[in-house]
Amino acid sequence: MFNYNFQWRPVWRSLPDLFEASLVTLQVAALAIVLGILVGLVLALVRMNMRGPARWIATAWVELARNTPVLFQLFFFGFGLGAFGWHLTPFTIVLVGLTFNSAGYLAENFRGGFNAIPDTQLRAARSLGMTAWQAYTRVVIPQVFRLVYHPITNQMVWAVLMSSLGMLVGFRELSGETQFLASRSYRIFEYFAVTAVIYFVIVKIILLVSRLLAMRLFRY
Amino acid sequence: MEPSVVFFSGLTASDVWFLTEAAFRTLLISVLSISMGTAIGIFCGWLLYEGKIFATLTLAPILDVFRSVPLIIQLVLFYNMAPILGLNLDPFASGTVILTIYTAALVANVARGGFEAVGLPIRRAARSLGMTYFQDLRYVVLPIGGRAVFPAWIGVALGVMKDSALVSVLGYVELLKASQILITRTQQPFVVLAIAGAFYFALSYPVSRYAAKLEKRWAQ
Amino acid sequence: MIEIRDLHKYFGDLHVLKGIDLDVQKGEVLSIIGASGSGKSTLLYCINALEPIQKGRVVVDGTDVHAKGTDINRLRQKLGMVFQQWNSFPHLTALENVALAPRIVKGKPKAEARDIASEQLRRVGLSDKINVYPSALSGGQQQRLAIARALAMEPEYMLFDEATSALDPELVGEVLDTMRLLAEEGMTMICVTHEMGFARDVSDRIAYFHQGVMEEIGPPQQLFGNPHSENTRKFLAKVR
Repeated sequence: MFNYNFQWRPVWRSLPDLFEASLVTLQVAALAIVLGILVGLVLALVRMNMRGPARWIATAWVELARNTPVLFQLFFFGFGLGAFGWHLTPFTIVLVGLTFNSAGYLAENFRGGFNAIPDTQLRAARSLGMTAWQAYTRVVIPQVFRLVYHPITNQMVWAVLMSSLGMLVGFRELSGETQFLASRSYRIFEYFAVTAVIYFVIVKIILLVSRLLAMRLFRY
Repeated sequence: MEPSVVFFSGLTASDVWFLTEAAFRTLLISVLSISMGTAIGIFCGWLLYEGKIFATLTLAPILDVFRSVPLIIQLVLFYNMAPILGLNLDPFASGTVILTIYTAALVANVARGGFEAVGLPIRRAARSLGMTYFQDLRYVVLPIGGRAVFPAWIGVALGVMKDSALVSVLGYVELLKASQILITRTQQPFVVLAIAGAFYFALSYPVSRYAAKLEKRWAQ
Repeated sequence: MIEIRDLHKYFGDLHVLKGIDLDVQKGEVLSIIGASGSGKSTLLYCINALEPIQKGRVVVDGTDVHAKGTDINRLRQKLGMVFQQWNSFPHLTALENVALAPRIVKGKPKAEARDIASEQLRRVGLSDKINVYPSALSGGQQQRLAIARALAMEPEYMLFDEATSALDPELVGEVLDTMRLLAEEGMTMICVTHEMGFARDVSDRIAYFHQGVMEEIGPPQQLFGNPHSENTRKFLAKVR
């Protein structure tokens, strides 16, 4: 036992590369969450207010996103669409996959949020002469946003963790970069151990920032 | 490249059976990991609840690591660490170990929530009737707290079932790995992935619907 | 002036208002009393088109409320409304609650909207709560906030939907005092209420609603002293 010779030096030398790759991870995750929020909001509103094909599509999106593995979704956007001659770049595969997934989960959170705001809030706003758009954007959605703030934070953490699957579709985010460097030096364990620590730190930073932001955003 | 969609024509019955078998392996590793992980997780949750400060300082951070590092990194790390420790584990065993710990880490939080959901007055009432500590757990805490967190536990279990797709990176031929093999052989990515997706959906969707229904009924 | 002609309202198969005819003059204070489910609250919602109607007309200052081309958002600025559940916006301070609609509906500059808001808050006695969030206000204070919010739109009519029903008994007085003040200032008011004392003291006329029909309308002395309808008599006997 432990006759393995740990060699950390190559990893230390690669730290700048790993940090750079961490930024790629953060970028793709943040972008996916921003898009996921917008799409998820639309999906939730469509599911609550519309009938017919639009509603079926929204429901199918939400259920597929929630009931199949993320890796499956990435493969689908990566290889499955190849059958139609669509070939996405690794970055796009991960971005589209994570957006698809996050939007599905966030849509359900939004739906719960909207249901938690009493109808009477909308009525009160409309009675003041606000248009439906004004009542939604100024009165209802700000309140929903507070209710879904923690789910969004969790989803952001998830997006960071899920983006690690990029290494399986050839995307050089943190995990992909780690795999690349590790396979070059054969120091697989050392590289992935350091990367695990980096992920842990990223997650903690996200949670901390989210908490600080919440203190500024929600005074009521 | 010419876009070419050939539905099913490239797949034989034995190919579909190949996927079906793989789906059973997905089910096998999931059920195994979820049941062992749940048992360990409940125990950890109980330690967190009863152990208060000591457990919060020791156990909680350890469990936190498994929730804050991508599962795929955990799998790669453990798979490469086992030989260092002198263990000789096949992909199935490695995958089961990590999925079990991962499940336990998630269930611990859920279980602690369950213990906390049972108010102190109710437990005092139980003890005042002369119940022993374990009678109290069995007849009071379990039914009340268990019901409170059952939907959350279903969510964890389904998540682990879907995440078991990641064990494919170790080479264990579960559903997603089988799909990859089949895609390479048949060059039918869309059809193969559609079938794999249908399997996952069939495993996950009924359970999630059932849980949602239960939650609604219990909320009344 | 508000003119209501042969107003019918259904919720599905339920016939809630069965042909209401009613005129409310400028400066008048009208109280509407009746058992719950008699359609009196629904009438208010039909006046500012928060509920659609199935038959009849509601005309406010010559504008048909439910006609197709009516700019309902513009019309609602004339018709302030206060709800049973006070519905303050929890994510905004008291001042922001009141200033929001003047700013985004009337397009007033931010500073002017704030001035209007603090003036209205002063009027309802909440000057010291300007920067407080509704969660820190009592029910009575939140209801006065709701009144200030409606007044900030400079409405010509105020609709009160059981404004004191959801309040703890000891908080009812402060809200009624505010409403009384408004009435004295000459505001045109329609008040759906269970407060018989308030209705008697403040109203010019009182209408009694019974099962979707306006059973009786008249000055307080007549309605309370000498009701014409048997149903009115029974109702008054029960509530007093």
